[in-house]
Amino acid sequence: MNEEVRLMKGNEAIAETAIRCGADGYFGYPITPQSEVMETLMALKPWETTGMVVLQAESEVAAINMVYGGAASGKKVMTSSSSPGVSLKQEGISYIAGAELPCLIVNVMRGGPGLGTIQPSQADYFQAVKGGGHGDYRLIVLAPASVQEMADLTALGFDLAFKYRNPVMLLADGVIGQMMEKVVLPAQQPRRTDEEVVAQCPWATTGKTKDRKPNIITSLELVPDKQEENNIRFQAKYKKMEENEVRYETFMCDDAEYLIVAFGSAARISQKAVEEARKEGIKVGLLRPVTLFPFPKKPLAELSKQVKGILVVEMNAGQMIEDVKLATNCSVKTEHFGRMGGIVPSPDEITEALKTKIM
Amino acid sequence: MKEEIIIAGFGGQGVLSMGKILAYAGLMQDKEITWIPSYGPEQRGGTANVTVIVSDEKISSPILNSYDTAIILNQQSLDKFEKTVKPGGTLIYDDYGIMNPPTRKDINIYKINAMDTAIADKMEKTFNMIVLGGLLKIRPIVEIDSVMKGLKKTLPERHHHLLPMNEAAILKGMDIIKKMN
Repeated sequence: MNEEVRLMKGNEAIAETAIRCGADGYFGYPITPQSEVMETLMALKPWETTGMVVLQAESEVAAINMVYGGAASGKKVMTSSSSPGVSLKQEGISYIAGAELPCLIVNVMRGGPGLGTIQPSQADYFQAVKGGGHGDYRLIVLAPASVQEMADLTALGFDLAFKYRNPVMLLADGVIGQMMEKVVLPAQQPRRTDEEVVAQCPWATTGKTKDRKPNIITSLELVPDKQEENNIRFQAKYKKMEENEVRYETFMCDDAEYLIVAFGSAARISQKAVEEARKEGIKVGLLRPVTLFPFPKKPLAELSKQVKGILVVEMNAGQMIEDVKLATNCSVKTEHFGRMGGIVPSPDEITEALKTKIM
Repeated sequence: MKEEIIIAGFGGQGVLSMGKILAYAGLMQDKEITWIPSYGPEQRGGTANVTVIVSDEKISSPILNSYDTAIILNQQSLDKFEKTVKPGGTLIYDDYGIMNPPTRKDINIYKINAMDTAIADKMEKTFNMIVLGGLLKIRPIVEIDSVMKGLKKTLPERHHHLLPMNEAAILKGMDIIKKMN
């Protein structure tokens, strides 16, 4: 049963996987193009099976603060939204990062700024990777490119969140959220018992016992020396993520003279562009970051020694290109091709940009 | 084998569900599948379309420039998608409400009077299955058995009495599709 191949939307795969990971709670507020996450959870009624709480909050701000509370008590909790809704959550995300709590935040991006459009976009790269909220913090940012990865990275996201006591963001877009593909879901895990939570999360506010000091969860530290100590500890943690958690995929890079760098749905479309260009004899490869933070700097630096030019393809005005240029130290010609406002580029446009911009 | 298909028409004609049925039939035959709908406000009236890719190999892009087969159910969609059919590809259209029929000479054009037939034979609810039947006659991408299996799997049990009606509609579609060039 658990190994069954199913056909479902990316958004549905997130919901199904969260239940199977033994998540304790989902708190959200509906917004296109990710409403199927909560709709699927409501249809599956996990409160009757695993005991998972699914709650439609009164707003995005309420939802992220419910996540904050759940995470503080060691629970496996998540929220999901789309761009304008994720902007509303930023204060809470910064607090959660400051309080060093694990949680999963899903952003199925749509075009902006402002209310923008409901069509797919990748214009929240900066927001997800560079901060979004205030203060020196980092999220682990995972960028799925298929429905299977919506499931796999939801599971990985929970694991990494607890491993580092850090919020993890799943950064998808309307294409991946709305698309149906084949998927194999993970096996059902039970939710952790209260005893397991206490054992695994000794920092959590699970009720003070006589043999320990009270656990205090806060992002407030008014003594600058102590706050700097906190910051140093956070930075050490982010460094560890950079050392241990980089994930990426390459396609036809072995003999590549040119390189496309793209994430999420833009990477899927770019892969087709690579296939088409190869038919014309153009030696081009694709590097797809799976983790946007930590960014795959080393493999990019390596490939930059081999190729004559890099095209960064994004559904935005040029955001990840900055990290590509930093990784390669601008050692090779690097250009951007993007569409904005909910327009999804076609493979042809990318092949054309490859020829005109970097060849 | 790889078939890249666009199905386009009005919201409410069953365009998305027809694509879904095709996708589930592909799943039954262990194919790789990508199904991606237009999910904008156009679903509430106006045009709706869905791209379905059924393939033996892993699928790269869900977004395409051109299609092996286009199934067109209104004039706006015909105007938009006739030019996107690959040379040598297939265009199937229902001429209900079509003022300017397709004109390309380098593709295979088929007409299916699914809307008229559905109204005449009181098969309105299975209109999209008539169209699907037409498609499967011309492009046997999946077997009818797989379509029925897929339907059985996705329809709640209380609707299973509708299965024979759907099969009849598929056979009807296979019967009435006509080559135009």
